[in-house]
Amino acid sequence: MTATETQRAIETVWKMESAKVIAGLTRIVRDVGMAEDLAHDALVSALEQWPATGIPRNPAAWLMAAAKHRAIDHFRRHKMLERKHQELGHELETQQESIPDFDAALDDNVGDDMLSLIFIACHPVLSTEARVALTLRLLGGLTTEEIARAFLVAEPTIAQRIVRAKRTLAEANVPFEVPRGAELSGRLSSVLEVVYLIFNEGYSATAGDDWMRPGLCEDALRLGRILAELAPAEPEVHGLVALMEIQASRAAARTRPNGEPILLLDQDRGRWDQLLIHRGLASLARAERVDGARGPYVLQASIAACHARARVASDTDWTAIVSLYGELARLIPSPVVELNRAVAVSMASGPATALPLVDAIASAPALKNYHLLPSVRGDLLVKLGRFDEARPEFERAASLTRNTRERDLLLDRARDAARRAHA
Amino acid sequence: MRFVVMVKATKDSEAGKMPSTKLLEQMGKFNEELVKAGIMLAGEGLHPSSKAVRVRFNGDTRTVIDGPFAETKELVAGFWIWQVKSREEAIEWVKRCPNPAEGESEIEIRQVFEADDFGPALTPELREAEARLRSKIDAKS
Repeated sequence: MTATETQRAIETVWKMESAKVIAGLTRIVRDVGMAEDLAHDALVSALEQWPATGIPRNPAAWLMAAAKHRAIDHFRRHKMLERKHQELGHELETQQESIPDFDAALDDNVGDDMLSLIFIACHPVLSTEARVALTLRLLGGLTTEEIARAFLVAEPTIAQRIVRAKRTLAEANVPFEVPRGAELSGRLSSVLEVVYLIFNEGYSATAGDDWMRPGLCEDALRLGRILAELAPAEPEVHGLVALMEIQASRAAARTRPNGEPILLLDQDRGRWDQLLIHRGLASLARAERVDGARGPYVLQASIAACHARARVASDTDWTAIVSLYGELARLIPSPVVELNRAVAVSMASGPATALPLVDAIASAPALKNYHLLPSVRGDLLVKLGRFDEARPEFERAASLTRNTRERDLLLDRARDAARRAHA
Repeated sequence: MRFVVMVKATKDSEAGKMPSTKLLEQMGKFNEELVKAGIMLAGEGLHPSSKAVRVRFNGDTRTVIDGPFAETKELVAGFWIWQVKSREEAIEWVKRCPNPAEGESEIEIRQVFEADDFGPALTPELREAEARLRSKIDAKS
């Protein structure tokens, strides 16, 4: 191996192991920021030593041991937290005495530690933006630079976000643990929200020239799949994974070669990824096997599954979709869900039935700047042959979207409506 | 990015000899790690080539050839499909795999083509042409 190859191999191992190492260290030092610093010191040691010694057989254990030694040094140097120091020293010694292979020691707690780390990174005390950045950094193994590039934000902004987040967690004295009982469901939905937000930013970029950033979708999917193994008894986790797998299955079919988006019903279903669909349906089945009421992610995944099961768009079971949206609207009353239900109603019962549903939510404050409202309204008006009224709707939708590709598409539809109005 | 990771056949796998309980356990644990890491999309073991068949093309003729096939080391005995961040990550994971055979064996890592792999050489116009071609092929099949 050349020096560069070794360095790349080390960086790869780091990306694969850092979350586990940081999680294990946080359990010991009870401070995510310090844990990350110590883990990073361990990486520096690896970069110094591994090129000469080769990559150890169990790199995770090596990094963990190196980081724990650093932790001891740190506590010694600062002559503080004497008790903690002893605990830590003791832990390291017993580990070395009884288990020469670190595998088992790491495995014992690794699941709980990882889960605790996810919960702490997505803690409600942090802003949503901070949760996203911290999750990608600590769990996804992304560098600050990679996060900044993915979200089209300046690197110092992300760096500062992460620093502040870690400080907030320390100041709030957030415990490093898996929440239990009544607290669990609220904390879990915060985690799922963060993962889905990352996915959506990749799936339909809210800003910029590209419609999709597949890297973020893959990161979110991976986090979701990891979470599903850590918390297999939570149906909503499987629901979210199912939803993401099925949505990701359409990635290759949802843009034209020039980057323009293609709407679901116009997509070439032959280009849907059957492997991901299969995985998504399997996750949905897993969610349904776990007892309990259907939550928002399971319902959304069920809707996505209705589309995935239809071999051609005309086979879509719109009646089932209308009823699933109804169930979703009862669970999380939201004008966005209502808007989606209206689209399904138009497919099941025609645009004339759906238009009043859209009009009923047209003045909802939450939809004031939501480009899909005028876009859907315009679409229904076109179907009803009311082209004159449709044109301004598409124009308004175009003025509201921040995505360049989508804006072009909407302006095309506006021009088309204008042409047909005068035809 | 996706990789197909192929476990190559050995004399034993071709003879239909089942892996030892110990190896099955180790493989099970490894597969579990792959799932826990969120990278395994699929994975299957294949029957020996004695049950395999090949269709050979030569111009317009097609000849069906029954197994077994001789070149053991070139045959595939099983495969995974992984989604990882880099080729290096796939290599690291393969290095952690238990030796699938007793003695010598080989695992091959092949990257799956995605549209972006063609890079800037595939211009929007070429992509358009490719998409048209694909839809024509789809329409015929």
